[in-house]
Amino acid sequence: MKIHEYQARQLFRKYGIPVPEDVLCYTVSEVEKATRELNRMVVVKAQVLVGGRGKAGGVKLARNVDDAVSAAKQILGMDIKGCKVEKVLVSDAVEITKEYYVGLINDRNTKSVTLMVSSEGGVEIEEVAKDNPEKIIKFHINSLTGLLDFQARDIAFQLFGDITQAKQAASIFTKLYKLYVETDATIAEINPLVLTPDNKVLAIDGKMNFDDNALFRQPEILAMREPDEDELVEIDASSKGLSYIKLDGNIGCMVNGAGLAMATMDMIKLYGGEPANFLDIGGSSNPQKVIDAMNILLNDKKVTAVMINIFGGITRCDDVAKGLIKAMEVITTNIPIVVRLSGTNAAEGLELLKQTNLPTVSSMSEAAKKAIELSRQ
Amino acid sequence: MSILVNKDTKLVVQGITGRDGKFHSGKMKAYGTNVVAGVSPGKEGLLIDGIPVFNTVAAAVKATGANTSIVFVPAAFAADAIMEASEAGIKLVIAITEGLPIQDMLRVTPFLKQNGTLLIGPNCPGLITPDEALIGILPGNIFKKGNIGFISRSGTLTYEVVNLLTLNDFGQTTCVGIGGDPIAGLYFVDLLERFENDPETIAVVVIGEIGGDAEEQAAQFIADKMTKPVVAFIAGQTAPTGKRMGHAGAIISSGSGTAAEKIAAFNKAGVPVAKEPNEIPVLLRELLNK
Repeated sequence: MKIHEYQARQLFRKYGIPVPEDVLCYTVSEVEKATRELNRMVVVKAQVLVGGRGKAGGVKLARNVDDAVSAAKQILGMDIKGCKVEKVLVSDAVEITKEYYVGLINDRNTKSVTLMVSSEGGVEIEEVAKDNPEKIIKFHINSLTGLLDFQARDIAFQLFGDITQAKQAASIFTKLYKLYVETDATIAEINPLVLTPDNKVLAIDGKMNFDDNALFRQPEILAMREPDEDELVEIDASSKGLSYIKLDGNIGCMVNGAGLAMATMDMIKLYGGEPANFLDIGGSSNPQKVIDAMNILLNDKKVTAVMINIFGGITRCDDVAKGLIKAMEVITTNIPIVVRLSGTNAAEGLELLKQTNLPTVSSMSEAAKKAIELSRQ
Repeated sequence: MSILVNKDTKLVVQGITGRDGKFHSGKMKAYGTNVVAGVSPGKEGLLIDGIPVFNTVAAAVKATGANTSIVFVPAAFAADAIMEASEAGIKLVIAITEGLPIQDMLRVTPFLKQNGTLLIGPNCPGLITPDEALIGILPGNIFKKGNIGFISRSGTLTYEVVNLLTLNDFGQTTCVGIGGDPIAGLYFVDLLERFENDPETIAVVVIGEIGGDAEEQAAQFIADKMTKPVVAFIAGQTAPTGKRMGHAGAIISSGSGTAAEKIAAFNKAGVPVAKEPNEIPVLLRELLNK
């Protein structure tokens, strides 16, 4: 789960990480009022859940109220990579002596939370990793002890020569780690962390993502969720025990199991079709799940054929067939549906499905070919 | 021979009184797995399918000599269950549970390392040495004893491919579902090394998917250390960036972890990558006939 910058800043403040003053605004007049009250040079920043907003013109410096108003007029309503800007953050524009990068991630290989810092701040860390990998300092944190003070100091001294600056940075590292662990984050990034002319170290921009598996114990984080249209459909599917991701093609897929669902999409593409979605219905033969899944697929108006791909393991194909038959009694559609059943009791399942008039096949490749053919009629 | 589990495996089932734990304990026992105990706090004295239930893993180990555990405990409590097994002296834990928070796994990992406990999963279908031990939720009927080692990040895709192998007369030494989470126990390289050292295994099938770089590491290991042929398949070539494809670990982030990178790494290591599941037995036959 992702949150906006203004929300990350709220969390930073809660954990004592210094951030500039800011006001969240939804309208041009709110921006005007906020700028007047801050009574300083400000930055007007689009609040969207995609990266690259700076390059897209979604961040503008404003020297006075008139500047801020004209920036707000340009940014509010702007489209950034398909996201419409509905709110902006008006932030105190602090003077910057130097920019740094600080990030925490879960590293799959060392199976640890990894702290990454760099003297190259303000640019994407992936670019630094590519062009100047020696400028990134990495530290793998032992989850049983956490980030210890002396470790944080040691890393801070590698970035800051001055003791008062290093102390501030070390404190920010330990606070960010505490925030990261306590909120079950998967990314916590301060980019840039800045040094000001009066020797203050503070966080100018923040990005945080969270572990979906841990949201059950993070009510405060869950309350920050602001899903876009596609995500609303995904969240609704998830509440029904389905895992759904919309794609751009026209062949709807309904599969049991995530790996098989991906392999099904790939196969459709390999044979010259375009998959409309990823959809894993899990391992049950519950007719309600099939009905819910079919409703989601048919709500996508691009879909011109559906491929149901079931490999029966512990869930027997005859049970799946019975579930499908019940589901088909409720579903009315003209869109062709190809059913593939294989594995445990597949023959019995296919026999049962004869009463539905649905085209049935026993191999995945036949099903993909048939679905592509029917999608073009 | 085989790897990790065999006739001598003595299994304890953690969460045996839950719906899935109960159902699959029966299935595993019917397959012939030596299921010696179950654990469910407060249910000691019960018998489930003739399997004695204990309050703690330590008590189960003491009474039955269990050496391997399978965890069906719900996600919020699964990390604790895994560590309980480790502390009780269990040397191999298989965690079936889906949805464990990553922070929990980050604490489990160093804890298990201290005790010398190996983990498979979480969020995995388990593993099987055909005709000896089935530990997990895999459908036993599609597997067949033979000489192919099998490692996969997926569940039903494993069944799809194993079924194709069995139909093409490629039996298996051991098949391991390593699970779909970003932080997990034994992974490709750990298992490839065991298959390389297993005298009965003559070739290995690796089923990877998008997310992380474990397949790239596997490719490097195969190039550097393996003498046995390997065939690979990668799921998720059509997956979009930034979306979790069902499995928590199956996500392309900032353009890395793509199927194309993994396929290129295998190709560079001389490992043929099947374009679709059907092609796996074909490639295997070609390699073994060389």
